[in-house]
Amino acid sequence: MIVLRLIGRRIAVALLTLLTVSVVIFFITNLLPGDAAQEALGQAATPETIAALREQLGLNQPAHLRYWNWLTGLMSGDPGQSMINSIPVKDMIGERLPNSLKLAGITALVSVPLALLIGVLAAMYRGTLLDRSLSVLMLSMVAVPEFLVATIAVIVFAVKLRWLSALSLVHDDMTLIESLRAYAMPVITLSFVIVALMARMTRAAVIEQLEKPYVEMAILKGAGPVRAALFHALPNAIGPIVNAIALSLSYLLGGALIVETIFNYPGIASLMVNAVTTRDMPLLQACAMIFSAAYLLLVLVADILAILANPKLRRAA
Amino acid sequence: MNNPAPTAPTTRRDILRAIATSPLAAAAFGIDPLRAAEPKRGGRIRVASLSSSTADTLDPAKGDLSTDYTRHYMLYSGLTAYDENLVARPALAESIESDDQVRWCIDLRPGVSFHDGKDLTAADVVYSLLRHKDPASSSRMSTVAQQFVDCRAAGPRRVELTLASANTDLPATLAASHFLIVQDGTTDFSRAIGTGPYKLKEFRPGVRTVGVRNENYWLEGRPYLDEIELIGIPDEPSRVNALLASDVQIISSVNPRSTRRLDRSSEHDVLETPSGLYTDLIMREDMHPTSNPDFARAMKYLFDREVIRRALFRGYAAVANDHPIPPSNPYHNADLPQREYDPDKAAFYLERSGLKGVRLPMFASPAADGSVDMASIVQEAAAKIGLRLGVSRVPADGYWSNHWMRHPLGFGNVNPRPTADLAFSLFFKSDAPWNVSGWNNLQFDQLLLAARGEGDQTRRRQMYADMQELVHHECGVAIPVFISFIDAFHTDIKGFSAIPTGGLMGYSFADKVWLDG
Repeated sequence: MIVLRLIGRRIAVALLTLLTVSVVIFFITNLLPGDAAQEALGQAATPETIAALREQLGLNQPAHLRYWNWLTGLMSGDPGQSMINSIPVKDMIGERLPNSLKLAGITALVSVPLALLIGVLAAMYRGTLLDRSLSVLMLSMVAVPEFLVATIAVIVFAVKLRWLSALSLVHDDMTLIESLRAYAMPVITLSFVIVALMARMTRAAVIEQLEKPYVEMAILKGAGPVRAALFHALPNAIGPIVNAIALSLSYLLGGALIVETIFNYPGIASLMVNAVTTRDMPLLQACAMIFSAAYLLLVLVADILAILANPKLRRAA
Repeated sequence: MNNPAPTAPTTRRDILRAIATSPLAAAAFGIDPLRAAEPKRGGRIRVASLSSSTADTLDPAKGDLSTDYTRHYMLYSGLTAYDENLVARPALAESIESDDQVRWCIDLRPGVSFHDGKDLTAADVVYSLLRHKDPASSSRMSTVAQQFVDCRAAGPRRVELTLASANTDLPATLAASHFLIVQDGTTDFSRAIGTGPYKLKEFRPGVRTVGVRNENYWLEGRPYLDEIELIGIPDEPSRVNALLASDVQIISSVNPRSTRRLDRSSEHDVLETPSGLYTDLIMREDMHPTSNPDFARAMKYLFDREVIRRALFRGYAAVANDHPIPPSNPYHNADLPQREYDPDKAAFYLERSGLKGVRLPMFASPAADGSVDMASIVQEAAAKIGLRLGVSRVPADGYWSNHWMRHPLGFGNVNPRPTADLAFSLFFKSDAPWNVSGWNNLQFDQLLLAARGEGDQTRRRQMYADMQELVHHECGVAIPVFISFIDAFHTDIKGFSAIPTGGLMGYSFADKVWLDG
């Protein structure tokens, strides 16, 4: 019961947060200098053409009215139409979001097990040469900016060796080999950033548990180092680890921008940057809402997992 | 006009450029190396342009960026088309004629059909021209189209067009991508039914455009390629990498700094297109202190044009003379003495303006190509004569609406215009919305209108020469260099040459290139 109540409260808080975020997104995006009419006309803007286009786009309505229309539209599942090309925002996102989810999914499949492995290994052999070299490696990976990793990877593997393609051009009817070639470099680049963060958090959390009396008890009872780490320490370290994983994965949607730019991958982050430069508010706001919702969802899942993994709370239920 | 190069050719590239842009020289050599090989049919290429976003459009009237122009020339055809000397040649029109430059008679080529099989008729042309006058079309050419007073079909293949006033440049105006011909009554452009060399197969804004060969194209034997995929790669190093990795075969907008990497590759070539693209320093004549003519003169002498050409653009630019008509334009005035970097003259005019010691911000932005570096060069030169200029570097985002033309001293950037008339009337006429410096010269305005309607070439050339001189001496606009477009391509691509309205053969490479190898 306590668990259910806790989870219910977390969900309610998440929904309330999302509503607050929608207000913030709407009014912050309206603070951007210029609007869709000015940006669309660019150098070609004259007072008359701007007024005509504003009228056409409904930009001359007061802000609170536009917010209300937008929010009710969003609730009923219609985020509106793009101001730039009159295509429904739903279609534009529907085309790009699966690409982003696919990239994020593959990256998660590669990086999460890798990070856990590295983190647990480093914790088990803490203080040894292995631990220290892994630490140095992880810190260097965090320190190298991803555009550098991506650019060097392109020059080596695409331009010099010609093994992979410099662009990640995805289309619907790709063979497995084509997919592997298209995804290899973006996935490696993204993993570079997030593996290090997750591995370091895993190491710290597992070490904290390994130094607790109950692990010592388990070892005294005859559990080997692998068993002590995997079956005794790791379950108790799940809370902080899933939180670190959730934070890292939430980065994969919006934070993939640099990777999307360098590999020309049609994801949702570049769609949002497009929306900012063209002041396409409906699209920009929908993208921002998706990022916020994804972030909240991941944190929520992490919290729920942490609650379920916490023996004290589980017992109370 | 036989030698369009502004100064004596000094480098290998200058000489090549002089040959490439001079019709007499090309004729004297007898052969054009690019045409020497016999074109081949077939093949598929991928072309990467500068930009691609959700604002991509299939409506020619709404074309804003080079990628749009390229896409439109791929799918649609115009009444006329530019050749390599910026002369408008008949395309869908068989002839465009007028006795008084006011009433024009346009005869259409017979047997042209749209992608959906319908024949091209006069009604399609009337619709395509008149729709620009409707504000709802959001046409980028609405101001230009206001001169179409009357346009009617005088037969199935004859159109009569009456202008508000005489305009000798009408054929050149109609070659712009915005005036490409669409079908009568079209308001939904999602299928892109045109008469162009390629039919639309796939269009995803911000991702790609794919066109397949139009077997019924009106130009016999063309286009050569089976399929063209057009994508946008905004990041320049990624664009160059994609070409070097053979993921794409042609790229546009190469940074001059990247040309060395491309020169090292034996499989790739660089194409320089001299153009009328320029970044200018605007000195507003309605604001203090730039309204002082001596101050403006002093500023013009502070540009070291040769340094800007060599250091900023690595030689991929032509020295300009503070007026907007580039050497590649037939009306370029080569007799006007070149203004050089001259700190003594600048100091003299600054002294005379009484503004010595004044502090003034100079606005520059990545939005105006090269302006930030130019500002630094001018700042240093100004400091030497006791003029303290600050460089205010502002972001590209929102530059045109918030900064351009709004400060006493700031940089702007102007895309090439195909005719001298457009280059002058859009940016220098006293009542033009983009009269960037707020210039007001009655003599210039009169000359401009007179030259527009002048049928006699000698007189017209003299008028344009006078206008260049006026702008050079009087106007508060400093134009240091004309920036070349740089494309790069795989050597298997043949037939790829310069048309000076823009990169990618004036954006119209689609029906001209073929694959060999």
